[in-house]
Amino acid sequence: MQEQTTYNYKVVRQFAIMTLVWGIVGMLVGVIIAAQLLWPDLTYGIPWLSYGRLRPLHTNAVIFAFGGSALFATSYYAVQRTCHARLFAGPLAAFTFWGWQLVILLAAVTLPLGYTSGKEYAELEWPIDILITLVWVSYAIVFFGTVATRKVKHIYVANWFFGGFILTVALLHLVNSAEIPVSMWKSYSAYAGVQDAMVQWWYGHNAVGFFLTAGFLGMMYYFVPKQAGRPVYSYRLSVVHFWALIFTYMWAGPHHLHYTALPDWAQSVGMVFSLILLAPSWGGMINGIMTLSGAWHKLRTDPILKFLITSLSFYGMSTFEGPMMSIKTVNSLSHYTDWTIGHVHSGALGWVAMISIGSLYYMIPRLFGKSEMHSIRLITVHFWVATIGVVLYIAAMWIAGVMQGLMWRAVNPDGTLTYSFVESVKATYPFYAIRLLGGTMFLGGMFIMAYNVWRTVVGAKAVDAPIMRPAAAH
Amino acid sequence: MDITMADIRSWMTVLEMALFIGIVWWAYGRRRKTDFDEAARLVLDDEDLVPAPGRRPRAGGR
Repeated sequence: MQEQTTYNYKVVRQFAIMTLVWGIVGMLVGVIIAAQLLWPDLTYGIPWLSYGRLRPLHTNAVIFAFGGSALFATSYYAVQRTCHARLFAGPLAAFTFWGWQLVILLAAVTLPLGYTSGKEYAELEWPIDILITLVWVSYAIVFFGTVATRKVKHIYVANWFFGGFILTVALLHLVNSAEIPVSMWKSYSAYAGVQDAMVQWWYGHNAVGFFLTAGFLGMMYYFVPKQAGRPVYSYRLSVVHFWALIFTYMWAGPHHLHYTALPDWAQSVGMVFSLILLAPSWGGMINGIMTLSGAWHKLRTDPILKFLITSLSFYGMSTFEGPMMSIKTVNSLSHYTDWTIGHVHSGALGWVAMISIGSLYYMIPRLFGKSEMHSIRLITVHFWVATIGVVLYIAAMWIAGVMQGLMWRAVNPDGTLTYSFVESVKATYPFYAIRLLGGTMFLGGMFIMAYNVWRTVVGAKAVDAPIMRPAAAH
Repeated sequence: MDITMADIRSWMTVLEMALFIGIVWWAYGRRRKTDFDEAARLVLDDEDLVPAPGRRPRAGGR
């Protein structure tokens, strides 16, 4: 049967192309709101385009539309190739694509209209939450069904990470989005007060830990060895840091609620677990980077490896910075400042986006029957534009953030505040300009990629690779 | 004897420590070595439809 002899690349192609499209859309909205901070009247006071409505659109678009599509594409690709099996339940896989795109479109309409449940990274209202649940359950069936029908003995470590990400995100979404609808587009959380805050940040930080970390580590464990042409540095380390990461991340959420109504002991638990997290996070980073050991020369010539390895460096940096910021005394300086924004973007642009971009550059030619991208040189250009963009962005936000924190806490000898709030805003102004420049560069890199992908894909035939029989056991 | 929350917490700490040491012991056991080596090769024991340019075909493949 023809159907059974090839991998299902159609859904991978669809998600891969949409990753690029949503990446550009989401980052463009980010650039617009960065410009609004510089020129507040930029959108003429039109409510739909106000900062407060576009900001959740930006976060949802980059995390769930760009990051989500990248995770669907790479997990569907990696699970088929490492299991030597066609994707389980093809029609259901197609449903995950169209369903996820519908979720994104609904978000793009409802958020600017001001429909929001008010929970950060979970703003979408209850009808959309139900659709997300349906898509996610289908995703789990497709993914674990493929793992169950594998033709090899082992479940490769990338699939453990993808699987952990899928299961945990299902749990997080169901618990945090428990809500009571009062009308078609308004609902209230099932929880109240500080419990609601705790549930929200249990969700919020695990969205970082599982959506933006475990899933992308799955990507790392497939695409770094593949592009480097070497097996992962230490498979044993990957097993240990997988379980350590899973067990530890769950408890780190309270660090978002330092010095609030949350009981002090709960804050301390969050801080301690965040500090412990450094170990499993760096386990993953070291394992990824050391995979290149003995083949470092490839970094010089291969821009795809540059993307992948640089993303791991940013992962290492932000997972060092995160635990430091969770220490209560540091947090008293950093919280509510732009330092947080810098930290988030060193993770989101440096780690998540760059590993996705590297993986896409690996995957896209293969999905269209080409041996490589149209222009390797343009990948190099993209790499440098993106890297300089991220560095400008995060450096500006670090300086702005520390400065804001110091200005807000400065007191005169008589106990009055040294600075008014607006003075700290004024002092931040030039750094917002640098941030806009960095963000625009990163977006510019995405346009270079779009051109390169266009030239690779246009006129090429969509190719579904035949399923290889697993190699004989060694 | 009454069991207090402090007792439960202490035992959980010991239990989790044992679990962690157990996972490390299991993962680094000598018997796992061949299994893990085999699993690590999964990514590479899978030829591309179109071989990447400049990459030599591996010895010992199909």
